[in-house]
Amino acid sequence: MSERSSLRLAVLGVLIVSLLVTMIGRLFFLQVVSADVYTQKASANQYRYVVTPATRGLILDQLGRPLVSNRTSLVVSVDRTVLAKQKDKGVAVLARLAKALHTTPTAISYRLEICGQGAHEKPPICWNGSQYQPIPVAKDIPQDLALTIMEKRSDYPGVTAGLEAVRVYPGLDGVNAAHLLGYLGPVSDTELAAQKKQQEAGAATSTETQLQRTDLVGRSGLEAEYDAQLRGVPGVKKLVVDQAANVVGTVGETQSTPGDYLVTNIDAKLQAVVEQQLYAAILRARSQIDKNTGTHYKGDSGAAVVMDVTNGHVLAMASYPSYDPSVWVGGITKTEYSKLTSPASNYPLISRAMQGQFVPASTWKIVTASAALQDGYTATQTYKCPSYIMVGNRKFSNFEGEAPGDVDLAKGLAVSCDTMWYQVAYDMWLRDGGNKPIAKPKDPIETMAKAFGYGRRTGIDLPSESRGRVGGRAFKTALNAQLHDAWCRRATTGYPEVAKTDPNRAAYLKALAVENCADGGVFRGGDSVNLAIGQGDTVVTPLQVATAYSALANGGTIWQPQVAKGLVASDGKVVSVFKPKKTGTLPVPKADMAFLRMAFSEVTSKPYGTGYNPFRGFPLDRLPVAAKTGTGQAAGNQQSTSWFATFAPATKPKYAVVMMVSQGGTGAGTSAPSVRKIYEALYGITGSTIDPAKSVLVGGAPATKLPTVRADGTPVYPGMPTTVQIAKPAGASPAATATSGSGPTPGPTSTGFLAAPLLLGGGLLGRRARRRRRPRAPDVRLWSS
Amino acid sequence: MTVGYAAPPVARRSSSSYLRRLDWALFGSALALSVIGSLLVWSATQGKLLEQGLDPQSFLKKNLFNLVVGIAFAVLVSRFDYRLLRAYTPILWGLSILGLLFVLVHGSRINGAKAWIALPAGLNLQPAEFAKIAIILGMAMILSEKRDAENEPRDVDVAFALGVAAVPMVLILVQPDLGTVMVIATIVFGIIAVSGARARWLVGILAGGILVAFVAIQVGILKQYQLDRLTAFTDPNVNTRTSGYNTQQARIAIGSGGMFGTGLFHGPQTQGHFVPENQTDFVYSVAGEELGFVGAALIIVLLGIILWRAIVIALRASDLFGRLVATGVATWIAFQSFENIGMNLGIMPVTGVPLPFVSYGGTSMFASWLAIGLLINVHLRARE
Repeated sequence: MSERSSLRLAVLGVLIVSLLVTMIGRLFFLQVVSADVYTQKASANQYRYVVTPATRGLILDQLGRPLVSNRTSLVVSVDRTVLAKQKDKGVAVLARLAKALHTTPTAISYRLEICGQGAHEKPPICWNGSQYQPIPVAKDIPQDLALTIMEKRSDYPGVTAGLEAVRVYPGLDGVNAAHLLGYLGPVSDTELAAQKKQQEAGAATSTETQLQRTDLVGRSGLEAEYDAQLRGVPGVKKLVVDQAANVVGTVGETQSTPGDYLVTNIDAKLQAVVEQQLYAAILRARSQIDKNTGTHYKGDSGAAVVMDVTNGHVLAMASYPSYDPSVWVGGITKTEYSKLTSPASNYPLISRAMQGQFVPASTWKIVTASAALQDGYTATQTYKCPSYIMVGNRKFSNFEGEAPGDVDLAKGLAVSCDTMWYQVAYDMWLRDGGNKPIAKPKDPIETMAKAFGYGRRTGIDLPSESRGRVGGRAFKTALNAQLHDAWCRRATTGYPEVAKTDPNRAAYLKALAVENCADGGVFRGGDSVNLAIGQGDTVVTPLQVATAYSALANGGTIWQPQVAKGLVASDGKVVSVFKPKKTGTLPVPKADMAFLRMAFSEVTSKPYGTGYNPFRGFPLDRLPVAAKTGTGQAAGNQQSTSWFATFAPATKPKYAVVMMVSQGGTGAGTSAPSVRKIYEALYGITGSTIDPAKSVLVGGAPATKLPTVRADGTPVYPGMPTTVQIAKPAGASPAATATSGSGPTPGPTSTGFLAAPLLLGGGLLGRRARRRRRPRAPDVRLWSS
Repeated sequence: MTVGYAAPPVARRSSSSYLRRLDWALFGSALALSVIGSLLVWSATQGKLLEQGLDPQSFLKKNLFNLVVGIAFAVLVSRFDYRLLRAYTPILWGLSILGLLFVLVHGSRINGAKAWIALPAGLNLQPAEFAKIAIILGMAMILSEKRDAENEPRDVDVAFALGVAAVPMVLILVQPDLGTVMVIATIVFGIIAVSGARARWLVGILAGGILVAFVAIQVGILKQYQLDRLTAFTDPNVNTRTSGYNTQQARIAIGSGGMFGTGLFHGPQTQGHFVPENQTDFVYSVAGEELGFVGAALIIVLLGIILWRAIVIALRASDLFGRLVATGVATWIAFQSFENIGMNLGIMPVTGVPLPFVSYGGTSMFASWLAIGLLINVHLRARE
């Protein structure tokens, strides 16, 4: 054997060693250096979660009447992965389906697009769930079509029809309550990102309580405020998935727990009456001629609140304009949404009762009178009530220039004299130093306004409440801090863009800017006068007015308005009862409050009272109603705001009722008659007889206990139908957030559907019976999610 | 180095002498690899089998049976008369060609290649594995039949030897089994190099190999899936569901094993069947995940011991035939191991060759142990 041979063998040996070293090196890199990366990849790899959404809890009124319920809807879903395996990529199937659904294949294929990948619209036009999940494309399809789809499997590969739980608004007694109840919307990317961030930060969010991509969450009203309690806990099946995405086993499974039932303080019948009466007031306004403009009052919007003054329970709260909350079910269409948000519809999504801000006008005198009594004025002294007074060089008049002459405090309130309060407020202002304020001005009215809860949120358990604003010294200071620079700039540059069209106005604005630049932050005499009668910069929500009047009524406690009363589990167990929450106390002596309650009752009982006419014939002797009218002069060329703020019985108050109609005329002319009707409904009054049995409230008063929910989830309430199941729908259908990409999805869809007719026609199906059927439920989910 | 040293006939040696002279490091390493392989195959298959309601140990049992048969083959071959082996080589070669022809006509197709002969009792034989041995023996025979005083094989012999290798290679390429062809090409190159053939032969073979590969791609002899598999390793993230999927999943499995692994039967990737073919071509990923760096490196170390012994045996071989046989076996095991492990580690293309001794598969096990038998045979007749 040659040397060459041996040499080459040696070279071969070296080559082999280098191969071995290469392998060891690479192995070390993979397993030791970058092990973490691969460990993470491995753990993401092998599990898929099939989520069975929990049935959302119902929202009940104080007696258990369902305000929001669930119903089952027949939903058609399409599995993209099955379509993709068709020779023509599912074109023929979609064409067939489109024809059956009376739509176009394009419309369906839009729905099948994954949002964000060049999709055409926002959800529900595109799909924001997992691409492995069957995508719902149509809801509420006829039963025979569903049967056809499930029977002709060869015609509809990848298409399934099944039952799905959706929100339904029974609207008992014609109740709407859209602003209270709110609506559901798909979970947003931001929320999912926030959740992910939280998890990464180590916050303990278990898989069970996690938001899923396809989840619906409360977007407004009670649905949003109590979303966590209503949503329940979805059932999660943890599947092991192999490399072909076939399910090879189940690692763990948790049953879904239905959401809790939210019991509210709302009484459905009373709410219905309040809604009707608010609308009646709106119509009343529109039938009247505004003397200032010579046209009909617009009555563009309004609100009404009924509160239990003893605990802050909101028994009814209405806002006009309203809308049908069911437009959100299954995903709102673009047209519907633009209707709800367009100026032409006057923004029906906004709850005027707690989000609308209006000048309080004379209803504000509850503050002014309390402040005056605290500042040394007395109930019995004589107040001058001329038709106008001069403050500086400006003339401040009584409403419609009336001049009742000298009055005492009670009569001044009853006739709603403004000028007496101008004088009081002006004197207070002067004592505080006038234009050169003393170091610690007392500002009695501003201080009292804040004590009544004005200028801050009441804290009602509804989202996005407005603050309102007390147009006092603090406000002026804050405004100046914000606008001083702009004012001074305008003082020199003027308003050239306005001057082009309206030189006079430009000159006026410039003069104003010069003035504001010099001393814009000063709380002037005119401001104090405006503040005294709730005009000028002061704005309030009807809910704040109700809270304030409740406080005077109950002897000085500011209760946090509370819509929800408690939570009951879907099996009937009481989860929690919400206690009344005190948020403040009026700094007014009991005697003064008693006097004011008496004084306000004279608004309706004395012939000179502004509320006398609307309450003629009302049994005020047995049921004295304390009230205050208000007719606000809104800014710009708006018509006046009609207010009627009340509580009753004035001697031992129980309810506060406040109504407001924007651009609605006088308080007495527009709102008061409707408020009277509400009291008649509350107390069962016909003519001048009071019959508690005729009250809309069963038993003549709000219930003290939570209503009964049966173990099967059916709420028990007076007058409930005995044959129709209203409560819970058939469990929830399991829906895969990310099931197998191919092959049959777990759970036989066809047999699942066979159960559908049974469920549809099924009367009172026990919870246990339904649970047994649950695993067979179809594998679909609402596209509304 | 002297030529013409004649080995004494094996048959006359006693059993005790055989055991005493046996290369225990070689035998022990091969046995250890086979045992580790059996455990890995067991771990990789028991879950699947259990799900299908089959005996979860059936693959383990078959593998152990294959191992016993393989060791028996090795002992048989190691004790075979050396000269007789040379005499039988043409017959062996002819049989392997017949086998390869048979699979092309009657073979069963597994994973795109017609490479298996289905035998009763669910056994499959892969003639290409035996062809490797036939080629090693055939080439060694031709290249060692030199005239006196010649230090290097004549060009005629080299050409003939190449021809001996080329016929089965073409037949295997037609199956198509690209991985085996690549292994054989390496064996051929190794044997010719060590035979002492002129350097121009080596350069020529290299150039020819590149040319053939280029033409194969251009003309489209290579199927698209083969190209995909070959190129997938350069960017395995491209298509996770097809070509690159196997390697990506294998790498995830290996990477997640860390230093000490998840423990046998406890690898989520393995038990979740994320790595396809994980009892055969991707068995190394099971080692990586469940035995960790320690276990996976041990496999490489054991292979290294076998290769070290093979090179030593080649160096000490009593004649050129023995040296070339040992060289052929060394290049075979070295390159096939590198090919397989490299594919698992994502540094070599996916070509579908088994890991000697470790992968499940009867033919591979038999062939690996036959190779050990050949090495022992050469070793037993080596100069002391």
